[in-house]
Amino acid sequence: MGGARTRPEPQTGARENVIELPVLAEGSVEEISGRTRQRARFRGDFEYPGDDFEGPNVNRWQYLPQTPPVEDLLVEEVREIEGNEREMVMNMGPQHPSTHGVLRCVLGLRGEAITRCRPDIGYLHRCHEKLNELWSYQGTIALSDRLDYLAAMTNELAFVLAVEKLLEIEPTERADYIRVICSELQRIASHLLFFGTTALDLGAVTPFLHSFREREAVYDVFEYISGARLLYNYMRFGGVRTDFPPGTDKKIREVLDLLENRLPEYHDLLSYNPIFAVRTQGVGVLSRDDAIAWGAAGPVLRGSGVAYDLRKADPYSGYEKFDFKVCVEESGDVWARFMVRMKEIEESIKIIRQALDGLPEGDARGQVPRFIKPPPGEVYARVEGPRGELGCYVVSDGSDKPYRCHWRTPSFHHVSLLEFVPVGHLVADVVAIIGSMDPVFGEVDK
Amino acid sequence: MPAWLVTLGWAVLKASLILGFVLFNALFLVWWERKFAARIQSRVGPQRTGRPFGYLQSMADVFKLLSKEDVVPARVDRWMYVLAPIVIFVPAVLVYVVVPFGPNLIVQDLNIGILYVAAVTSFTMIAIVMAGWAANNKYSVVSAMRAAAQLVAYEVPLVLAVIGPVMLAGTLSLQGIVRAQEGLWYIVVQPLGFLVFLTAGMAELNRAPFDLSEAESELVAGYNIEYSGMRWSFFFLAEFSNLVAVSAIATTLFLGGWQAPWFLPAAVKGLIPPVVWFLAKTYFLVTVIMWIRWTLPRVRIDQLLDFGWKFLLPVSLANIALTGLLFPVLVRLGWI
Repeated sequence: MGGARTRPEPQTGARENVIELPVLAEGSVEEISGRTRQRARFRGDFEYPGDDFEGPNVNRWQYLPQTPPVEDLLVEEVREIEGNEREMVMNMGPQHPSTHGVLRCVLGLRGEAITRCRPDIGYLHRCHEKLNELWSYQGTIALSDRLDYLAAMTNELAFVLAVEKLLEIEPTERADYIRVICSELQRIASHLLFFGTTALDLGAVTPFLHSFREREAVYDVFEYISGARLLYNYMRFGGVRTDFPPGTDKKIREVLDLLENRLPEYHDLLSYNPIFAVRTQGVGVLSRDDAIAWGAAGPVLRGSGVAYDLRKADPYSGYEKFDFKVCVEESGDVWARFMVRMKEIEESIKIIRQALDGLPEGDARGQVPRFIKPPPGEVYARVEGPRGELGCYVVSDGSDKPYRCHWRTPSFHHVSLLEFVPVGHLVADVVAIIGSMDPVFGEVDK
Repeated sequence: MPAWLVTLGWAVLKASLILGFVLFNALFLVWWERKFAARIQSRVGPQRTGRPFGYLQSMADVFKLLSKEDVVPARVDRWMYVLAPIVIFVPAVLVYVVVPFGPNLIVQDLNIGILYVAAVTSFTMIAIVMAGWAANNKYSVVSAMRAAAQLVAYEVPLVLAVIGPVMLAGTLSLQGIVRAQEGLWYIVVQPLGFLVFLTAGMAELNRAPFDLSEAESELVAGYNIEYSGMRWSFFFLAEFSNLVAVSAIATTLFLGGWQAPWFLPAAVKGLIPPVVWFLAKTYFLVTVIMWIRWTLPRVRIDQLLDFGWKFLLPVSLANIALTGLLFPVLVRLGWI
């Protein structure tokens, strides 16, 4: 496959429905502390009386992409394009078995070929960032679990790292190791689910159940460590909630051995299957330049040949101590993104083994009070989640709640890629391409 | 008793036997597929309804389907919508007219049996196109178009693959082909033909990896997306009936039908009745097809068309040429 793909023109025109916000000087954050927590209407073509915004430097938010024109999201029977040419408009989602939750794609079809794909999001919107402003710092840890609900550990880690920067404290060394182990176990669990859903999207049901069998084993470990299987509430400022219970080391090593035995089985079953190869190779090619320009991260970026991994590029939690490879594939297609994730499982196993071997004695909990009021300031902390760069931007006004908490979620950027990657492919490929982006709508819609 | 009454009586009896076979076969296969798929996927499958093996699961399904409300969506093409489940079910039953279950266990041994099979099974696609079009749903329309494209791509290799056994046996009658395999099953001399037939047969059955017209992850359910209750179950019934039909035809053409394996001593052959041999081989093939379904991912429509036209068709033509060339050799060897 691979007909003509056209990339949409970047929107450089006037942004008439964006209000110019006042730009404050550096260090003006203090001005807002003690103020009533008045919020700005960042976007909208109307002004509220008395809306005299003063706040931190939020000018960058006006570069948010504009919402697509409404007519692009309408579903007509057919659409007239250029003279007698007509295309069928098909509404894929939000209730569709393969849109990974609640993605809605409005597809233009000629025969089965995609002429247009317009992703529409927002069906899982739950005011996450607004809730962040209403909950205490401690409560926000539990809330951040619900962002990317398949990688709760890394979400927590991003938030905890941000607040630790605000508080200017360092976690204990043992806590760092525990965090690394949990992050990598989470990456394995998330990539196992990806393996299963990719197979399911391509019509193979069996690999899905096999990968869930192993994912259960990883979740059993999480249950043993934190008491929960999906949403852990495990990270704490300065450490983790509880130390590893006795026998954790053995349990984790058993799971790693199991995975190492089963991974070749997965490859036999799916990865090197000829049908799988023709369905994924050369499909949904994302060029290196596009991947960078559209803000792709994680396996999607590395699948396009960019060796960028925050664990190497900007190490946190002591990742610089571990020996592992950054998995890169050059071809940029669905196959590349799949293989990057499969190799990352093996690298994660290596990291966990090293961390278990070197796990230092000491306290896993930091000496941080439960009730904190970080000093005013703004910080950005980022981690390499299973889906890519997960950033947490926290603004503190000195109170017990974040003034603003913005999440840079990788899936959001990957879903925006769907606007041009599937064009020229067939309906069956759209499903494969969505699957290869591995979006989680908890973090897309927030 | 007048002669016409006897004929009518026999016809009704045979028709009821076939219908009964089709229905019970579907009940059994629903259960068997669920259990078999469960084993492949390291699950246990149904086990609560009818302990300990869940053998009453399909009965429970039937009662559920029967008790469902009969919904006809508002914007469908009503006549076609109502007719499609019937049209798909009729050919699924008609195929069994010529299937030889045993030396004397056949409804009608037509002398053009294999042509009849090819003609009747093609009807299924008409029903699928009807259902897809009538439902007035874009997904089902795409599904129907896929089915139509698929039909031409695999029907030709399917029929060409059949020519091999016909050449060897020198007859179009299915019973004749079975009798000709007494000394040697045709799978030994026609391995290529058998593989082409099975592959094209799976495409005919709309089963993975060729289940493009009901691709669950792409087209949600495909042509039967707007059907529910008993109307939907007719599609389901037809699918399982066709599954056995294709396996039965493959058994007849390549695996010696109701014949016991040729290498067994005569004393052993007599122990097991022919119909048992036939059913055992048929359900073995059914299981193989299920096995493939639960293992492989789905191909894409253009890949299926490529595969049908550019691979299966040349291979089946080559098979015919090879059969023609080797025919004198085989005769001299006394293999046929």
